[in-house]
Amino acid sequence: MPSPESPDAAWPERLAAYRAQLDCRFPQVGEVFEACLIDALRVLSPAGVSAYIDCGRFLGRMGRGVEPLLAFLEEWPSTAGILGEDALPAINHTLQVIWKSPNGKAITPFLQTLAAVARRLPSREQMQHYLDLTLKLMERTSGSIHGIHKSFASPGLPDFLEQAPTLLNRLAIGGLQNWVDYGIRNYGNHPERQRAYFSLQSADSRAVFQRERHGTLLVDHERLLDLYLRGLWGDSAQLVPYASSTDPAGHSAQADASTPLLPYYDASGIRLPDVLDDALGVSGIDRYRASLAHIAGHRRWSTPLFADNFSPMQRMAIEIFEDSRIETLILRHYPALRHIFLALHPTPAEGACNPATHSCLRHRLAMLSRALLDPAHGYQDAALREFVERFVQTMASGEASSEAVATLALAYVARTRRQSDQLANVHFADTVIAYRDDNRHLWRFHELSDDEEMFDLRPTAAAAEVDRLPPRHYPEWDYQSQSYRPDWVSLYESLHPSGEAALIDRLLDKHAALARRLKRLLDLLRPQDRVRVRYQEDGSELDLDIAIRSLIDFKSGATPDPRINMSHRTNGRNLAVLLLLDLSESLGDKVRVGNGEQTVLELSQEAVSLLAWAIEQLGDPLAIAGFHSDTRHDVRYLHLKGFSEGWGDPVKRRLAAMQAGYSTRMGAAMRHAAHYLAAQPAAKKLMLILTDGQPSDVDVQDERLLIEDARKSVGELEQQGIFTYCISLDRKADEYVHDIFGGRYAVIDNIERLPERLPELFMALTR
Amino acid sequence: MTDREQFKVFQAPFYQPQRNEVALYEAAYAARLPVMVKGPTGCGKSRFIEYMAWKLGKPLITVACNEDMTASDLVGRYLLEANGTRWLDGPLTTAARIGAICYLDEIVEARQDTTVVIHPLTDHRRTLPLDKKGELIHAHADFQLVISYNPGYQSLMKDLKQSTKQRFAAFEFDYPDAALETTILVSESGIDATTAAQLVSIGAVARRLRGHGLDEGISTRLLVYAATLIKGGVTPHDACRMALVRPITDDRDIRDTLDHAIDATFA
Ligand SMILES: Nc1ncnc2c1ncn2[C@@H]1O[C@H](COP(=O)(O)OP(=O)(O)O)[C@@H](O)[C@H]1O
Ligand SMILES: [Mg+2]
Repeated sequence: MPSPESPDAAWPERLAAYRAQLDCRFPQVGEVFEACLIDALRVLSPAGVSAYIDCGRFLGRMGRGVEPLLAFLEEWPSTAGILGEDALPAINHTLQVIWKSPNGKAITPFLQTLAAVARRLPSREQMQHYLDLTLKLMERTSGSIHGIHKSFASPGLPDFLEQAPTLLNRLAIGGLQNWVDYGIRNYGNHPERQRAYFSLQSADSRAVFQRERHGTLLVDHERLLDLYLRGLWGDSAQLVPYASSTDPAGHSAQADASTPLLPYYDASGIRLPDVLDDALGVSGIDRYRASLAHIAGHRRWSTPLFADNFSPMQRMAIEIFEDSRIETLILRHYPALRHIFLALHPTPAEGACNPATHSCLRHRLAMLSRALLDPAHGYQDAALREFVERFVQTMASGEASSEAVATLALAYVARTRRQSDQLANVHFADTVIAYRDDNRHLWRFHELSDDEEMFDLRPTAAAAEVDRLPPRHYPEWDYQSQSYRPDWVSLYESLHPSGEAALIDRLLDKHAALARRLKRLLDLLRPQDRVRVRYQEDGSELDLDIAIRSLIDFKSGATPDPRINMSHRTNGRNLAVLLLLDLSESLGDKVRVGNGEQTVLELSQEAVSLLAWAIEQLGDPLAIAGFHSDTRHDVRYLHLKGFSEGWGDPVKRRLAAMQAGYSTRMGAAMRHAAHYLAAQPAAKKLMLILTDGQPSDVDVQDERLLIEDARKSVGELEQQGIFTYCISLDRKADEYVHDIFGGRYAVIDNIERLPERLPELFMALTR
Repeated sequence: MTDREQFKVFQAPFYQPQRNEVALYEAAYAARLPVMVKGPTGCGKSRFIEYMAWKLGKPLITVACNEDMTASDLVGRYLLEANGTRWLDGPLTTAARIGAICYLDEIVEARQDTTVVIHPLTDHRRTLPLDKKGELIHAHADFQLVISYNPGYQSLMKDLKQSTKQRFAAFEFDYPDAALETTILVSESGIDATTAAQLVSIGAVARRLRGHGLDEGISTRLLVYAATLIKGGVTPHDACRMALVRPITDDRDIRDTLDHAIDATFA
């Protein structure tokens, strides 16, 4: 076979022979044929080349002009390079089917995108799937007259074929299939809408596309990442996805392309791309982890600087040095993260930026950043090497600080400044470090930092409640003096106001499926009236099986098991439960649930209703009460359900009227609740506390005080034989909840799952 | 009479004190107070008692409690023999007779009607009635009762009765802090301090996940296992997965997170 790069003497002849085999007279073909043939000879066998030419001849004679032929000649060699040349018959078959239908116009886009599609679907099975899908779409959208023969072309097919590479950049083939099916189903008979759908123009087309995207979706891995943040970094925050239109993994953003949206964090949480693909040898989930590690590092070690003091270029340099400092510290904790960072960090080539025509600052800084991360960077630039050394020295003494590296950054900018840094033409290639955040947290601005006046939105105590019962007084623990403050807290109890019972029934209906599932679990827990206790030395009856076994042992000279009796006992659960609800202000907070929003209060109502229903099934006596406080002079304890009350309308009415307000003086409420629970005759007493924050009150400055008091009251309850267990909705609860409840707590990270988690926890606790 | 010597702890066990628990225990023993050691699994409770028995030079009888255990398993029973019956002391009775420290490990595992037999031994009478045998044992002057108990048990059905709890002086244990735990790993397994510290930091990751899908973190015991495997030539990646992660969880997200922590820690 001739080397295509250096055609031998016989080449013109061979070329002419192939040209003759192709047998077509379009002048445009002459211009490209030789180049295509050379490509083809490189990847195809002689038989493959022959088949290539034959297929070309068919396309040239099909009566659809020159375009299909040109597209095929150009696309096939690279497609065959990916799929193998014997994929041709399948392609050919598809072409024939399309040709025989009224959809000839679709052949050109089909062929034009073939190589790009093959790049996304490099296996034969996947490609076959794509071909089948194409034909299916064609069948289902070509119009038929009287159902006899197809005579209208599919309006959407050419659009679909044009979009196929874009679609496949984001969707796995299964996702593409779903997306296509949706379009067929909904717009099969509507030409305009069909086109809008298959050209990715219409809103629902985009929405279904988003839904089917491949890669690692943040929404699917929230818990995993939350555990990562908590476990490895002792940090926690709401993770909020943003739409990532372009996957930012690629480093080579062009100068004119806007840089991709980077992760960031602010008061509302940590923002991350909604989907990340595996890229650069790093899995999507590890890319998320890399971003989170970097951000957690900032949250732990960075302190904001005043932006007003620096020029934009200085700020850029400071950010690079600070990012590098953070990662140095991260790697001290988890050294093996380095290979992930290295894989994700661009490697700008030294000398790639021309300072005569471009602003090279970004490029210089990206190189520096690489060098600070990669001991094997190999860059020669003297200033770069010097500053890497100075950075290493700065870090040698410990953690250094944001200020310390800022100083270093300023020196670096001063040393390496160039006139051309000001040029509008910025060298962007290999300068985007996409896993790092945008550093907005690092900057403060003088004009904004004036303390804003905080409004006191706290509603004043409802002075209207004139005729309430006189208060009960409770002590409070002062951990500083290690003594109780006697009669410190005034607690008022009352019956909770009532609302509409129907509200609670609606909430329960919403969870009907969950309730059915719980019911099965409950049945397992429900006490059997009489259970047999075997292996008793003294019991009410002889256990024959065991007795015979023992006798055999005895006769054969072995030591017989003397536990040959059995007895019965009633296996009542003998358990009383009091559920104490924190009704403080924060309960009104909103949380995202699915696509909508719900308040924590509503979710608590759902959860409490389900729990009450579940406990009713088990027959354990249950009381429910809520509390909130407005200084030590006014702790309110509201009865929602008494031990003797059934799960009926009066209780539902009270639950329906639950409201959020005021603060959380937990200790006093627990002591009061204990008073009721202790009076129950049951052998086991369980107090469940459902709360969404740490104990606090407006008249207490010292955060520890009410935490310590609550802890003390847990101890007091234990003395009274009450088992306390806390269900916290506060992601930050670890900081204090363990102090209060010892190991007896669970944090529900994913509040929207509260309605199922609360009953589950209860069942696990009392199994 | 049972041989007292056979229950002695002859080899000094390695025990790394966390605070002043050794002195406090000596004081409790001097007053013959019944002792309860609380704390999560594998944090050194049993080791501590073993060490104290050695230090005080007293025999130690350990009973691992379980659900099927009956009072007779503790106190003793008549055995049938070819020519009649013979009484056999249970471990609690033996300890009371010979003056041993009787350690009831994981007492909450035992049924509550079993646990009550220890009550008479815990008050000032220090007696043990053997009802079936018609004997009342007065405990030997050296006898002491010790129970261990894991309050982290996430079930109130397994909690200890208040009337039982009230009879003991309590020591509260938790996993040792990082520096101490590193020392323990080095002494127990012979691995180097750097690797030991890395293992301890993986332990810390798991312990931060307590309450978020893990009931208990990774115990010191498991860290010792991992260290021992590494010392024996297993790679840290494998040793940690096998000794630290797989035993404690079936939760995929937790497992992935811990695996990642291992991979991030060991290059
Ligand atoms: N303070 C300590 N000193 C020495 N070894 C310890 C200590 N704490 C834990 N260990 C190690 O942990 C292992 C488990 O401890 P163990 O006492 O059996 O736990 P527990 O009784 O609390 O379940 C011991 O075998 C020992 O290797
Ligand atoms: Mg033990």
